[in-house]
Amino acid sequence: MDAETFGLLKDQLARYVEERLIPAEDAVEDGDDIPADIVAEFKAMGLFGLSVPEAYGGLGLTMAEEAQLVRTLCRASITFRSLIGTTVGIGSQGIMIDGTPEQKAEWLPKFATGEAIASFALTEPGAGSDAASLRAQAVRDGDFYRISGTKRYITNAPRATVFTLMARTDAQVKGAAGISAFIVPADSPGISLGKPDRKMGQRGAKTCDVILDDVLVPAANIIGGVPGQGFRTAMKVLDRGRIHIAAVALGMADRLIETSLAYAQSREQFGQAISQFQLVQAMLADMEVDRLTSEALLERTAARFDAGQATNRECSVLKLHASEAVGRIADKAVQIHGGAGYMAEYKVERFYRDVRLLRIYEGTSQIQQTIIAKAMLRGV
Amino acid sequence: MKVLVPVKRVVDYNVKVRVKSDQTGVELANIKMSMNPFDEIAVEEAIRLKEKGIATEVVVVSIGVQQCTETLRTALAMGADRGILVQTDVTTESLAVAKVLAKIAAEEAPGLIILGKQAIDDDANQTGQMLAGLLGWAQGTFASKVDPQGDTVNVTREIDGGLETVALKLPAIVTTDLRLNEPRYASLPNIMKAKSKPIANKTPADYGVDMTPRLTTLKVTEPAKRQAGIKVKSVDELVAKLKEMGAVA
Repeated sequence: MDAETFGLLKDQLARYVEERLIPAEDAVEDGDDIPADIVAEFKAMGLFGLSVPEAYGGLGLTMAEEAQLVRTLCRASITFRSLIGTTVGIGSQGIMIDGTPEQKAEWLPKFATGEAIASFALTEPGAGSDAASLRAQAVRDGDFYRISGTKRYITNAPRATVFTLMARTDAQVKGAAGISAFIVPADSPGISLGKPDRKMGQRGAKTCDVILDDVLVPAANIIGGVPGQGFRTAMKVLDRGRIHIAAVALGMADRLIETSLAYAQSREQFGQAISQFQLVQAMLADMEVDRLTSEALLERTAARFDAGQATNRECSVLKLHASEAVGRIADKAVQIHGGAGYMAEYKVERFYRDVRLLRIYEGTSQIQQTIIAKAMLRGV
Repeated sequence: MKVLVPVKRVVDYNVKVRVKSDQTGVELANIKMSMNPFDEIAVEEAIRLKEKGIATEVVVVSIGVQQCTETLRTALAMGADRGILVQTDVTTESLAVAKVLAKIAAEEAPGLIILGKQAIDDDANQTGQMLAGLLGWAQGTFASKVDPQGDTVNVTREIDGGLETVALKLPAIVTTDLRLNEPRYASLPNIMKAKSKPIANKTPADYGVDMTPRLTTLKVTEPAKRQAGIKVKSVDELVAKLKEMGAVA
């Protein structure tokens, strides 16, 4: 996209974040939900369609452009991003990357407008980091599959129109090769939802169990049409998702640093602003180092991803670094705020809780380390 | 009916401006610029008239530097149909702007020209009035409601004593006050579509207007810093102090 148009997009979003989303943060936290008028505005503004190709009615942003807008969006509570996160990212990307032309034509235009909300169902009670051990079973029945199993911590499950759902189609094959990715409409008979999860942070973001009891799904709903490719699809989706998470981390870092700087310059102790004390300055400087190193890695990885050159090792390095970095930034932000930082009245307390999940979801820090080291040892 | 909306590129309202060290003006280098907020309200009002089927076309015009195309694109993304850029690098003064707008009005023959009541940079609050004078059209300034009825428009004005409603014969000039409407956010797809809407490139010479500034800025200074006050314990002490300062007899 030309720089002028992209600049207008970013400006418009930044203004919306400043004028509408940041003032609504407390209502989201207290009400544990995103107000309906903001959901409607997200649809009207086209935010659900960031990653959908232009031919299907979306904005067709490159990864580098998407990352900039997601960063802009995440200056406001990460809960707002969760509303579009699965439709822009992991919930729809399986169809975008590996879907058949018919699957794309059916779903992508609906994702672009927010008419359909996508959710990603991989994790199970017994399969977290070891996703390839998942147990949900899909048994062939003529032109259909019958799927049974339980999916856990599924983001946006209560809002979802459709799930990208991983299930085992070949019980004989252990591990990744027996898994297929299905497009499962959320209103299919046999699907029920668990009660909403109570979480440490990200209040207003909806997660819960998804229970499938003999759910009939057409065989044509296997993403890409070929069984046994599901795990590979899921991993491609997660590579891209890791870049997205780094952009989320940077948006949160921007806000935390901005808030901490303002507080340090206005809070006075021992007769001067605490920003005058070198021990506070050291924290501010460390925060900035963590932000700029994340930013440099993000820009490089996103550009290489757009050029088709990014390896999953690089995506993991980025996700690991950016999520750990923003964790440190949030910790220092609370420290700079002192007692006030522990109080819910000051926003850093909420950010501190919200940011904790970034080191866990879409691959824990330890899984990223494993991916990185294994790739190094294999020489790729 | 065609509606013409002039829009000005100004320092964004969130920016804290700083006076240049040589006191010739405010620092504009690397400062975020946006559409004048009152003009945004004018654009919004014109688009609403179009959505109601009253306006048939919304034309936006900006007079100033090349980057004013960004301001025009913002208006096009909100829903205006086409833009006119009158490019000039000199400081734009109200009268010169009004003269250019009068020429454009003669060419375009709009039924209504909606302007912001003032721009937040120089707060002149006179372009709309001057334009009405040059064209000999009726004017309704500081509008909080605009209601076209056939060949007239009823404009509710915010005045010191309350609200006044005037009926103007079309074509007419309206300037917007803050409470007229709340401008929409342009949707991201519409920002992309705005790329393909036409913007005509013109110069003041095309309209035979000399933009040379007539005003000379002598000096720009920061507002005086407020001095610390004192606390008084009683009304008597307050009155005594005021007398001492010569503020009351």
